[in-house]
Amino acid sequence: MGHRTIIPFGPQHPVLPEPIHIDLVVEDEKVVEAVPSIGFIHRGLERLVEKKDFVEFVYIAERICGICSFIHGQTYCQGVEEIMKIEVPTRAKYLRTIWGELSRIHSHLLWAGLMADGFGFESLFMHSWRVREQVLDIIEATTGGRVIFGSCKVGGARRDISPEQMTWMLKQLEVVEKEMRLIVDVFMNDDSVKHRLCGVGVISKADAISLGAVGPTLRGSGVADDMRLLKYAAFGELDFAPISRTDGDSYSRCAVRCDELFQSLDIIRQAAAKMPTGEIAVKVTGNPSGEFFSRVEQPRGEVVYYIKGNGTKNLTRFRARTPTFANVPALVKMLAGCELADVPVLVLTIDPCISCTER
Amino acid sequence: MAFFQMKKMILAWTFRKPVTTSYPFEPRKICPGSRGRLDVKISDCIFCTLCDKRCPTQALDVDKANKKWRIDRLRCISCGYCVEVCPKKCLTLTGDHGIPTVTKEMETF
Amino acid sequence: MIEEQTIIGVMPEMLVAEARKLCEQGYRLVQICATRLGEELQMDYSFDLNRKFVNFRFLLPKTGGRVPSITGVYFCAFTYENEISDLFGVQVEGNALDFKGNFYTTAMKHPFIQDAVPASVPAPAKPGVQ
Repeated sequence: MGHRTIIPFGPQHPVLPEPIHIDLVVEDEKVVEAVPSIGFIHRGLERLVEKKDFVEFVYIAERICGICSFIHGQTYCQGVEEIMKIEVPTRAKYLRTIWGELSRIHSHLLWAGLMADGFGFESLFMHSWRVREQVLDIIEATTGGRVIFGSCKVGGARRDISPEQMTWMLKQLEVVEKEMRLIVDVFMNDDSVKHRLCGVGVISKADAISLGAVGPTLRGSGVADDMRLLKYAAFGELDFAPISRTDGDSYSRCAVRCDELFQSLDIIRQAAAKMPTGEIAVKVTGNPSGEFFSRVEQPRGEVVYYIKGNGTKNLTRFRARTPTFANVPALVKMLAGCELADVPVLVLTIDPCISCTER
Repeated sequence: MAFFQMKKMILAWTFRKPVTTSYPFEPRKICPGSRGRLDVKISDCIFCTLCDKRCPTQALDVDKANKKWRIDRLRCISCGYCVEVCPKKCLTLTGDHGIPTVTKEMETF
Repeated sequence: MIEEQTIIGVMPEMLVAEARKLCEQGYRLVQICATRLGEELQMDYSFDLNRKFVNFRFLLPKTGGRVPSITGVYFCAFTYENEISDLFGVQVEGNALDFKGNFYTTAMKHPFIQDAVPASVPAPAKPGVQ
């Protein structure tokens, strides 16, 4: 029985881009218990819905998170459309799918960079972000924004991708794919990377379910659950199967994300090939009255929006449960029993996004 | 045994030109259609105040009586909602992102 | 229609027992949220199994509401339960990891059940006014 010490981790820490604080109860070099505390940047965004018109609110929903911005907007729009019984044109659904997957690629590459930085592999970090830059260029050319896409609206999409742009995009993605293969090869096969990730922070299948984990954290533990199977947007017409790994350690969570990079590319190619022509938006009249739990798969996992309208232009309640919020209990479980030096790596394996957690 | 899997990539990039640019001397290449600075063609504006009412960040202030159209550049998020609602189509988002500023002030047209 | 959503009315005292039944079937806790409806709070507990969505719902008075904690069944509920007790002032009894009102740092107590922003909080300035 060693001597117990409490080591504070965060809110300011080199691996943390955003503030989360964890009190680590340490016995020698082993973490015995971890108590998280968040709440440094609570903005009360959910109540802003009482001041803003429901059409305008999509701009705020998009700004909940700077990385999965498009999917936040999409979740909000899908929720409102479901309440108002709006049938979105098929072309808009395909556009949303393409942009959603582009944002998944850029988010996973961002995570890959942060993760490499987290375990001290600087050049891998630089190269991941170099590749991500090319994806951001595609996003800027097709939507007009680099991280805040601003291309989703209630009733469809705000922009269209022209056939020339589509050809250019697919050509660029081929270059990106080649580069990604090289980077993923390092993540999957390099000995020093495997040494840091294999067998660290194991979450069993049963634990992942009972701790309410979502996204790659859940799929890394062998549960092939993906909200894209709900067949929202164009996913009903595209061919894909959720990726899962069974080991439940940091390496399998990393592998799930690496495989998803190529899966997203495949989905974009399928969507580009099947894309119908036609309208991209329908006119929205009236106000939402009713309620819906809108669920969409973000790069970090399932996001849930509860939207309730009472027939006026302001919604009564807007509640966002973001994937990181659901993954915090799983993180606490992972941290108990790990080595102190593995804490930064474990915090990064859930791909934390604290600003979106606190809204 | 896969020791230092990245050596090939690192070697190759040792002899290539850097992907970063020396920014202030070499301006960033901007994609056409990028949402940047909001521009107004004031001669076409009818001061209907629709953009003022719809702006999500209240960056615009349109005075109907005195025919003044003012914008707070630091508040504008370049979302393009005003461009969509403008009945005379006199608002545009240019690709250029504007110059840095040291004071908070309204630009008046 | 994206998905069917089953909403079941549950008495607060039956909540833990009902949640345990779902837990044994392998359901995952999706979220817990509170919604203010005039003088009442609507509580929602959502669960999911292979994309089958089940939601428990009951009403509480706006102030002084008490709910039993489900952290004994789903440990991960502690984040949501601290959230509703900080933002809505709902008293959660028996939370396994109770932050006692310190989960979120807010300028005022229970901001989500207040009617309007009190005068002490400065309003955002109109354009041009610094």
